[in-house]
Amino acid sequence: MSDQGTYKPLSYFQLMEVSLRELLVEKGVLTEAQVEETVEDMRRRTPERGAKVVARAWVDPAFRQRLLADGPGACESLGIDVPKLRLVVVENTPQVHNAIVCTLCSCYPRMLLGIPPDWYKSRNYRSRMVREPRAVLSEFGLNLPAEVQIRVHDSTADMRYMVLPMRPAGTEGWSEERLASIVNRDAMIGVDIPKIGKEPPPA
Amino acid sequence: MQPQFVTDYPVAAPPRFSVGEKVRVRKTAPLGHIRTPFYIRGHAGTIERLCGSFPNPEELAQMRDGLPAQPLYRVRFRQKDVWPDYRGSDTDVLEIEIFQHWLEKA
Repeated sequence: MSDQGTYKPLSYFQLMEVSLRELLVEKGVLTEAQVEETVEDMRRRTPERGAKVVARAWVDPAFRQRLLADGPGACESLGIDVPKLRLVVVENTPQVHNAIVCTLCSCYPRMLLGIPPDWYKSRNYRSRMVREPRAVLSEFGLNLPAEVQIRVHDSTADMRYMVLPMRPAGTEGWSEERLASIVNRDAMIGVDIPKIGKEPPPA
Repeated sequence: MQPQFVTDYPVAAPPRFSVGEKVRVRKTAPLGHIRTPFYIRGHAGTIERLCGSFPNPEELAQMRDGLPAQPLYRVRFRQKDVWPDYRGSDTDVLEIEIFQHWLEKA
């Protein structure tokens, strides 16, 4: 990071964060090291974690079964630590398309997808996704035929949801890494589907 | 019915509803922090699964422990039942987590 820049006073919430953190450290409730470690841990959580889970489910039917029945257990078996996460994985099929929203706030499977995008927290997405999901999906470029059932999941309480998208045709014989490269964050929220054509060439 | 997640809290009562059962969300507007969205109150749906039992968020919001834990269900609603002017397929659905004390037999 550059040392040069324009000085900006701290915002209300930044000031609140600094004050609370310094107070907790001063009172011996937390150490600076613990705070840094937690921040680092949050930074390490990216949608690549979710993509790894999806790719494994595509190549390993037993893992897929376990993922749908016991999301946290399946993630842990891949070495992805998801403490206290009550993960419900919902599977897209040719008949059913799933999408996730939290109308009350912005509940999101951060352990697997990282920090939610701003639009996920917007009033527009949160209010319209339960009311007119087909119009919202269409704005994301996803136009689903009328015979596909749309299942919108409003995460209102203790569960967190992730969509298991369908594996696209034309990916037969691909390695797990290559499969994971076409699974983006939006496909795991259910506002996109994995497509081939833009993925990096195989190693 | 097996809950999807094992509960590690003292539980209030055994679950009253089973998968596939018709339920209605109570139409009431108590004050406080409520995790049952307004738009679904008064509507009928079917139990999709029992998630497990969890501390009552209405109590947690008052800085209490929320125990004993309350059964939490995922309830499936037909979009056309929730929004009469819904634009989309008749089969489209909405699934919402709702605590047992917000549900009654439909």
